[in-house]
Amino acid sequence: MSTTTPTKVHYYVPRPSPYPVMLSLALFFVAMGVVLKVNALRAGPWSILLGAALLIYVLFHWFGNVIGESESGVYKSWEDRSFRMGMVWFILSEVAFFAGLFAVLFYERNISVPHLAQVDPGFTLYPGFTAAWPSAGPHGKPFSVVQPWGIPAINTLILLTSGVTVTWAHWGLKTARRSAAIIGLMLTVGLGVVFLGFQAHEFYEAYTRLGLTLSSGVYGATFFLLTGFHGLHVTVGVIMLSVILMRCIKGHFTPDQHFAFEAVSWYWHFVDVVWLLLFVFVYWM
Amino acid sequence: MNAAHANDAHHEEHPSGFTRWLFTTNHKDIGRLYIIFSVLMFLVGGFLAMLIRTELLQPWLIIPPEVYNQIITVHGLVMVFAAVMPATTGLANYLIPMMIGAPDMALPRLNNWGFWLLPPAAVLLVMPFALKLFGIGNGAIDTGWTMYAPLSVQGGIGVDFAIFAIYLMGISSLLSSINIIVTITNMRAPGMSFSKLPIFVWSWLITAFLLVAVFPPLVGGVTMLFADRHFGTHFFSAAGGGDPVLWQHIFWFFGHPEVYILLLPTAGILPHILSTFARKPIYGYRAQVYAFWAIGMLSVVIYAHHMFTSGLPVPAQLYFMYSTMVISIPVALLFFCWFATIWQGSMTFETPMLFALGYIVLFGVGGLSGLILSDAVADQQYHNSYFLVAHFHYALFGGPVMGIIAATYYYLPKITGRMYNETLGKWHFWQTIIGFNLTFIPQFFLGIAGMPRRIPDYALQFTHLNMLSSIGAYILGSAQLVLVYNLIQVLRGVGKKATAQVWEGAQGLEFTVASPPPYHTFETQPVIQ
Repeated sequence: MSTTTPTKVHYYVPRPSPYPVMLSLALFFVAMGVVLKVNALRAGPWSILLGAALLIYVLFHWFGNVIGESESGVYKSWEDRSFRMGMVWFILSEVAFFAGLFAVLFYERNISVPHLAQVDPGFTLYPGFTAAWPSAGPHGKPFSVVQPWGIPAINTLILLTSGVTVTWAHWGLKTARRSAAIIGLMLTVGLGVVFLGFQAHEFYEAYTRLGLTLSSGVYGATFFLLTGFHGLHVTVGVIMLSVILMRCIKGHFTPDQHFAFEAVSWYWHFVDVVWLLLFVFVYWM
Repeated sequence: MNAAHANDAHHEEHPSGFTRWLFTTNHKDIGRLYIIFSVLMFLVGGFLAMLIRTELLQPWLIIPPEVYNQIITVHGLVMVFAAVMPATTGLANYLIPMMIGAPDMALPRLNNWGFWLLPPAAVLLVMPFALKLFGIGNGAIDTGWTMYAPLSVQGGIGVDFAIFAIYLMGISSLLSSINIIVTITNMRAPGMSFSKLPIFVWSWLITAFLLVAVFPPLVGGVTMLFADRHFGTHFFSAAGGGDPVLWQHIFWFFGHPEVYILLLPTAGILPHILSTFARKPIYGYRAQVYAFWAIGMLSVVIYAHHMFTSGLPVPAQLYFMYSTMVISIPVALLFFCWFATIWQGSMTFETPMLFALGYIVLFGVGGLSGLILSDAVADQQYHNSYFLVAHFHYALFGGPVMGIIAATYYYLPKITGRMYNETLGKWHFWQTIIGFNLTFIPQFFLGIAGMPRRIPDYALQFTHLNMLSSIGAYILGSAQLVLVYNLIQVLRGVGKKATAQVWEGAQGLEFTVASPPPYHTFETQPVIQ
């Protein structure tokens, strides 16, 4: 906004809304419930249930409210720019989050585990502890790692393909080929679900067959931390893509106004890039 | 609201009663909510501080040691997350749209959500105190606000509550930061270029960048802590190949920039106040903005000076020592600009100016004592002693809190339309500055003499200085009641009406609108020449 001409454009400031404070209340109940649950207090699950129900109710209505506003055309280019920037900064905060988790991985691999092994030649934390990565489990319990060129490699292909299909859907939307957009989104959601299915299978295998669990030392913990948080983000991405798919089927979005679609596709690409890094640094190297 | 109003356009329209405050999307309402919440939590944290100094008044136990640990921890967390951060965020919400000529914040509903996450977070933080009374758990978090592993891995239910309080406060901080960044980049009035941006707005822009960069890793860190506590992981336990020092890295990667997150907004508001009461333009606008950038960028790469005694290798200690000392250069630049702003000005000493000058002096002591602590060799002696406690209270009370109080007095007439009682304001200032120094100067000596922090009882040779410190704390604590009384009087409408200009030398868009400003300012944006 570098012009100095007076503007008569009005920015859309929404009317007072009950949803934000209800969402905070929902999160409060979920938070309290989880704390009570892990401390084996009986009220815990009920608090989680109450919070989750309220959470779902609020998300439906708040997003419904926003979608309604969007369809009634109150968002012009000025508001649109705010949403775009907001989404960009949200994704940047997610980048910071995953950067932190990767920093944990590199710290353990390159600094703390080698350092612990060198403290004193006559001292080991537990039998079988070496400076190697993956580190042996605590108390020498054996486990094996997930092989990169099986399911993880297939999952990489799946996510890369889903990046292509979501871009194809975007092309369909921009050139007013609604059926292409819908098919592209369906494929993307499908690929996301298949990815999650494989990931769930991999976790199940890790627990039952490989002996790789959250408690198998710092390697297992870090493996599940990184892949688990990524899986959580894929889950959220699939939910968001499904909402966009339904909106597409309902006939929302125009070739030049479809910010919600773009925001979700940015998010999806971000999750994709995180997976590539995971594949290289967690599974492969 | 009467019927005639209800049919009107949305000019002054808002729900009446408390739903106005619960559901609001108005940046001024949300700003006021933040400020009121912050004052309340400042009193809670202050009450806990009084308990701490009462325990330390004399060398024997009044409060059980485990409860003392909970009190110091909750005092720290409440003051940092629930008092100072909401205060600066509240000022940002109230002032930034008015300062840049915007109709409101860019994302008003998320703005409301950002505020309403804080009261639940505060409840989570203090709830374990109450639960203990019903025989549940062993009280609030008791690890110190730094939550070092392995103590925090072994702690009771209070640690879990604190972890979830940090989740909620983290979401809140991210929402407000993103909102502030988007507002500043997208909502400026025509002609309000970045080079004309008020310096407070600049300082908040950099603060918001910092929050987006450093809060998410802490959220990851507390998740790992939670997993270590309940899901059998070994991130912070050497027994499974993990490392307790990893927690310190994660915490201080957030914790050190956090100091600048608290400081920068108040360092940004200071030039406004100094230039108003010196009746001179701000000196070195560009230099100060560059200094903010330098401080912001350096703050994320110097954090491990908090860990000199944690066993870092010598080259790492040297790096963190020198890089920490480097940050004193942009900070000194700020001090130079502040002095140059008031140099040969026709100064008057209204309460905001007194607090602003007090800021320069007290924060100066905080900064210089920090330089002593940043010496990796000397720190072996000073680390976790009362010298450190005195240092960071000079830095965090002397800087952010003094700045927030100065800003409160400065903008109170603008926000409420009423002048506060100047005599009481001056009384508040002098009682604060005397009480504060009496509290914390003895602690420098105590620290050098070897008194460690976070202990409820101490060796007899520390008695006199501790008693002096506690008396100072009572003076400091009661001074804040003067502030509260003054605030209540203003809110009740006592005091003469404020003009739009409020202060003779005040500059800026926010002083062109009436006091109090209309519910919606700048629905049509002004043009900045």
